[in-house]
Amino acid sequence: MIKVEDLHKSFGGPKIFRGLSFQVATGEIVALIGRSGDGKSVLLKHVAGLIKPDQGHVFIDDTDICCLRGKRLEEMRSRFGFVFQSGALFDSLTVFENIAFPLREKSELSDQEIREKVLSALEQVGLTEAENRYPAQISGGMTKRTALARALVTNPEIMLFDEPTTGLDPIIGHAILNLLDSCHKRFGFTGILVTHEIPKVFEIVQKVAFLYEGRILTVGSPEEMLSSKDPIVQQFITGSIEGPIQYR
Amino acid sequence: MGLIRNLGAVSLLGLQRAGRMGLFLSYAFVYALTPPLKLSQVLKQLRFIGFESTLVIFLTATFAGMVLGLQGYYTLNRVGSTAFLGPMVALSLIRELGPVLSALMVTGRAGSAMTAEIGIMRITEQVDALKLMGLNPFRYLVVPRLLAGIISLPLLTAIFDVVGIFGGYLVGVKLLGVGKGTYFGEMANYVDMRDILGGVYKSLTFGVLITWVCCYKGYYAGFGAEGVSKATTQAVVLSSVLILVWDYFMTSLLF
Repeated sequence: MIKVEDLHKSFGGPKIFRGLSFQVATGEIVALIGRSGDGKSVLLKHVAGLIKPDQGHVFIDDTDICCLRGKRLEEMRSRFGFVFQSGALFDSLTVFENIAFPLREKSELSDQEIREKVLSALEQVGLTEAENRYPAQISGGMTKRTALARALVTNPEIMLFDEPTTGLDPIIGHAILNLLDSCHKRFGFTGILVTHEIPKVFEIVQKVAFLYEGRILTVGSPEEMLSSKDPIVQQFITGSIEGPIQYR
Repeated sequence: MGLIRNLGAVSLLGLQRAGRMGLFLSYAFVYALTPPLKLSQVLKQLRFIGFESTLVIFLTATFAGMVLGLQGYYTLNRVGSTAFLGPMVALSLIRELGPVLSALMVTGRAGSAMTAEIGIMRITEQVDALKLMGLNPFRYLVVPRLLAGIISLPLLTAIFDVVGIFGGYLVGVKLLGVGKGTYFGEMANYVDMRDILGGVYKSLTFGVLITWVCCYKGYYAGFGAEGVSKATTQAVVLSSVLILVWDYFMTSLLF
C-alpha cells in the first residue's frame, strides 16, 4: 500500500504541493492525471524517496520512506520499478545490457537465466532486433519500451510509471498499455501511472486521481471520473479550452 | 551593514560547500572500505585513468626532462658544476615535477571526462535510475574512480620520473656532452629514499584530490548542457589550483 499524507513541497518558489494526500491500495493501479507542470513527476519521485518533502509523509506499507536512509532506503527501493519519462537508460550499455543490469546486480541468477529473462522481456516489448544497439541508436519509442522492460524484469512489488506512452504512436502506445495490463494481471504489482492518455488509460487502471493546484482534487473509479459533475474534472477530461481551468 | 551581511552570506555559502565536499569524500572512503566493491568498475577506471594516460605522461615527461636538462646545464655551467646535472634533473622530477605534472595531465585528460560523464548521468536521471534499483551510486560512480586514482597516480608518476630522467640524459649526455657515468653516478649519491617516498606520498594524495573534486563536481552538476560544461570547467580549474596549493603544503611537511 502507498499512502501519501499531507505533503507540502516547494523548490524555493511557489508551493507545488499544499497538503496533498492520497492512497493506493495493494495490487491496485492508480492513474495520476493533471495539468503539465502541476508536479505529477515530482510526486512520483517523492513516493520513490528521491525527493524529501518539506512537510508530510509517504508511507510504503507502514514505513515512512521519507525517514529512511542508507541501507534501509536501498532495500526499500529494491521493491520499486520506475519508468522515467526520459527512459534514463544507461547510455554506455546496450539495450540488452540495460535490461540485464538490475538482474546482474540484484539477483542470484546465472548468466544463462538472465539471458533467458532478458530475451523474454525484449520479446514482450517487441525489441528483439535491437538488443545490441545503444540508447543513442534507438528511437524514442524504443527507449520507452526498453525502460519499461528494465523496470518490469525484476517483477517489482511497486511500479511507478512516468508517462510511459507519451510521444509514442497510437499503436505502440496501446500495445504498451496492454503490456502493462497483462504484467499487472500476472504479477499483481501496486502502481501509479502518470499519464495524459485519457480516456484510453481508464481501461487498465482501477482508480484515477486528479492532481490540481497542489492537492488531489478528486479520486475515483474511471467510470466515476468520466461521469463527474465537477466542472474542473470535466474540462480536463474533455480537453476543452473553455472552463474554470485557465490556459497557461 | 549590507556589506557585513553579504560577507556573512558568502562565508556561510563557502562553508556549506566545503562541508558538502568534505562529506562527499568521507562517504566515498566509507563505501570504498566496506564491501561490496565493484571490481569490474575499478578495473575499467584503472584502464581509463591509468593505462590510457601513459602516452600523454610519456610525451610530457620526455620534454619536461629535456627542458630540465637544457636549462640545468646552462645554469650549472655558469658555476662550473655540470657534474650535478643528473641529481638536479632527478631531484626536480622526483620531488616536484613528476607528481605535479602527472597530476595536472591526469586532471586534463581523465578528470574532465569524469566530471562530464557523471554530470551527464546526473542530468539524464541515470543516477536516479541506479538509486531506484536499490543500488548505491557512490559504489558505481565514485569509489571505482577514487581507487583507480589512488592506484594510478603513483604509477604514472613513477613512469614520469623515469622517462623525464631519460629525457634529461638525452640532452645532457648525448647533446651537451656531460659524462654518462657522471650523470647517473652523481644521481645515485644525491637521491635518497626520502625523496622517492615524498614523491609517492604526493602522488597518492593527488590521486584522491583529482577524483574527489572531479566526481563531486559531476555529481552536483547544474542543469542541461551548460550545467555540465560549467561543472567540467570548475572541476579542472579547482583540481589544478588545489594540486599546486596542496603541493606547497606537502613539500613543507615532507622535506
